[in-house]
Amino acid sequence: MARVKSLHVNGKQVAIDSDANATLLSVLRDQLDLTGTKYGCGEGQCAACTVLIDGFPRHSCQARVGAVASRKITTIEGIAENGKLHPLQQAFLDEQALQCGYCTSGMIMTGVAFLQAHANPSEDMIRGFMQGNICRCGTYPRILAAFRRAAEMMRKQAG
Amino acid sequence: MTRRPRKIDPEIELERYELSEPPLHQFGLERRDFFRLMGAGVAVFLVARDAGAAQQPAGRGPHGRESGGRFHFDERLPENIGAWLHIGENGSVTVYTGKVEVGQNIRTSLTQAVAEELRTAVGTIQLVMGDTALTPFDMGTFGSRTTPTMNLELRRVACAARNLLVAMAAKRWSAKTASLIAADGKISDPASGRSIEYGALARGQTLAKALVAHDPLRPATDWTVAGTSVPKINGIDFVTGKHRYPSDIRRPQMLFGKVLRPPAFGAALDSLSPGEAKTMPGVVVVRDGDFAGVAAPGEYEAERALAVLKAQWKPAPDPQPSNKNLYEYLKSHTEPAEHDGFFGGGSVETGSVEQALASAPVRLDATYTIAYIAHAPLEPRAAVAEWNRGKLTVWTGTQRPFGVRDQLAQAFHIPRSQVRVLMPDMGSAYGGKHTGECAVEAARLAKAAGRPVKLIWTREEEFTWAYFRPAGVIDIRSGADNAGKLTAWEFHNYNSGPSAMRTPYVVPSQRIEFHPVDSPLRQGSYRALAATTNHFARESHMDDLASRLKLDPLEFRLRNLDDERLKAVFQAAAERFGWGKRKSSPARGFGMGGGFEKGGYVATCAEVAIDRARGSVRVVRVVTAFDCGAVVNPNGLRNQIMGANVMGLGGALFEAIEFANGKILNDRFSRYRVPRFSDLPEIEVILVDRKDQPSAGAGETPIVGLAPAVGNAIFASTGKRIRSLPMVPQGLSA
Repeated sequence: MARVKSLHVNGKQVAIDSDANATLLSVLRDQLDLTGTKYGCGEGQCAACTVLIDGFPRHSCQARVGAVASRKITTIEGIAENGKLHPLQQAFLDEQALQCGYCTSGMIMTGVAFLQAHANPSEDMIRGFMQGNICRCGTYPRILAAFRRAAEMMRKQAG
Repeated sequence: MTRRPRKIDPEIELERYELSEPPLHQFGLERRDFFRLMGAGVAVFLVARDAGAAQQPAGRGPHGRESGGRFHFDERLPENIGAWLHIGENGSVTVYTGKVEVGQNIRTSLTQAVAEELRTAVGTIQLVMGDTALTPFDMGTFGSRTTPTMNLELRRVACAARNLLVAMAAKRWSAKTASLIAADGKISDPASGRSIEYGALARGQTLAKALVAHDPLRPATDWTVAGTSVPKINGIDFVTGKHRYPSDIRRPQMLFGKVLRPPAFGAALDSLSPGEAKTMPGVVVVRDGDFAGVAAPGEYEAERALAVLKAQWKPAPDPQPSNKNLYEYLKSHTEPAEHDGFFGGGSVETGSVEQALASAPVRLDATYTIAYIAHAPLEPRAAVAEWNRGKLTVWTGTQRPFGVRDQLAQAFHIPRSQVRVLMPDMGSAYGGKHTGECAVEAARLAKAAGRPVKLIWTREEEFTWAYFRPAGVIDIRSGADNAGKLTAWEFHNYNSGPSAMRTPYVVPSQRIEFHPVDSPLRQGSYRALAATTNHFARESHMDDLASRLKLDPLEFRLRNLDDERLKAVFQAAAERFGWGKRKSSPARGFGMGGGFEKGGYVATCAEVAIDRARGSVRVVRVVTAFDCGAVVNPNGLRNQIMGANVMGLGGALFEAIEFANGKILNDRFSRYRVPRFSDLPEIEVILVDRKDQPSAGAGETPIVGLAPAVGNAIFASTGKRIRSLPMVPQGLSA
């Protein structure tokens, strides 16, 4: 049985020891103790487990670790730079866009990729892109507000 | 644990058992342990003012009386302690409460309460919540009780602590207490210009004081910290992934568990063979009666081991009902009402309904049906269990840590003093995590494995083996006179529950009854529980009557209300909504619904967009006015009200559990639709801040107006009256 011995996570090559068929989600959480990435459904329907794989938002519950062994993986723990929150993380705080917060990592990781590609998104674009992310507490209005705020911050930063 | 329960389970249907919350506790810590754990300082234990509560006979209340514990102070501590706090040598304040944080933001609002009365900064206060070894006993976090009870209790303990600090400073300076001022974490004496920080007063002390609660508390009109939008405590931990939910707890040597589930409800485990699991490295297979499961070094290994177990199941003997014949089943399986005088609205009979109905010029009989729905908290049930020399410690997501502790003690036949349950702030619950199945399962696996075990239920398990918001049937017969006044009101609720069953409208002749049913599915609390369905039926019916009387729905309601606070929220919502300014059309409908529950008054107006050709209904705008007395945290409250409306959309429009032959057919998000971004209407919230009224809980009641407002808006647009929840699971039929 093929085993995977290392992964590239949050800018570093890290040692693991996992069956290639295990989910990326379980390896991140259980072997690397990166528990910011959440299990919500195991079928790619809620996006709580979203991470970036080579910059693209992916459901880590659907990714086999053997298939991502040579990819660059980014989790919620890896998006703040030098202790400075990503603008979307800051915007979630500014808008108080969370209740229980369990969906927050997945929302932010999906959003980080989205805002990278869309500097000035319309509300319909945000809604469309975020349709796969569930917030059972129903904080959607504030999440939309956080996206708008973050987009503005990022545009300003880009100058 | 796999049998279908035949009776209402009081453990999971607390709404009907919310008798009282006596401030009782079991305190397993001795004084020296307490200060060893907390460090030196000043500890204040608040004794309930109601001395009568201390003398309640043993066994009173639904969960019996906690034993007195073994708390050895210089003088024996009274048993009826409601709260305690500790002030450390550096001025840090630690407050202990049995309430838990599930996303409703009470960690923040309770911290504000303490800051307000202790006169110290929010940032110096830490709450220890829901740890059965450290916090006072608490029945659980449900029924919107935290704000009306615990918020008050913590204000009192903080007030008592402040008075103690003032007395300590007065003694030190030989000053009069009345001349000293407590502010900003310091006591100061304006006359002499001296001041001392709380931490300095606490330095070198191991002072533990049991103080009797007494008012006055600062009135809401003078609040400076409470009543403001303090941001979520530790918010940064949530946006950085640092916060550890129950499912994120990790212990040394921990294994990962999986439970073997029966193929259908009520099936019994006939035989089990571990098969290849026996040879898998590090795998432990457990069988205990009908329970079977595995523990393994990784989740993947646990899944594989579970998959190779060979089990024979004996199906349940009785055929099991399905959602297709649910409502006939409910009406034909009523049970005698064992529990008279339910809190939250018992049966009522006034005047003669028969006579009033017979003489009413306008009459309406209608039946409403309500499907089972799932809470589907995004974090499924999770537990990490660890045994250490016969002592059991479990970290788990639950609204009732003390209830789960008792469940564990019972399951393993050990004294509750041997069990500690900790509840890290969890990934929501909505009334769905009152019970401790997952904790018991994790503990059973850990016991067999001799190592800590983490068990996280899969989404399918959460949908199947938790419990549901009760389904129900509601029959209403009503009569009104030509002046638009209600004269007769007969209301029968089958199974869904009695919360908010009484009508807030003035009706001379009423008969209101709740009929318990032998529910085919396991059922229990839910956000606002039956208040949602009872309001849906009542407010849909009111709208129906208004239309028959050719009265505006707002005018009809106001004509039949004498409760000024309820009238005020209807008027506030209507005004902001622009009620009456636009007429409903085949493409647009406007509706309203509202009522009173758990100390909160709510009115919601909704605008729907209808596309008859496509059969689509979209809620485009919602305005909710809410009055829960003095508002503790406006921003957090708005969040709750918006969230309640979003969650309410699911139950109103499309959520329904489908089941047959002992199986849940839509046990995952790809088959059970919950509200998503595309469903989101524009939501406006009006806070009616009544600083002259006590603060009520607010996590639940704002949900009740949404479904009837939407149903009434659909009627206004289409003339089609939908009397079932969900209303349009397959879209609007032609």
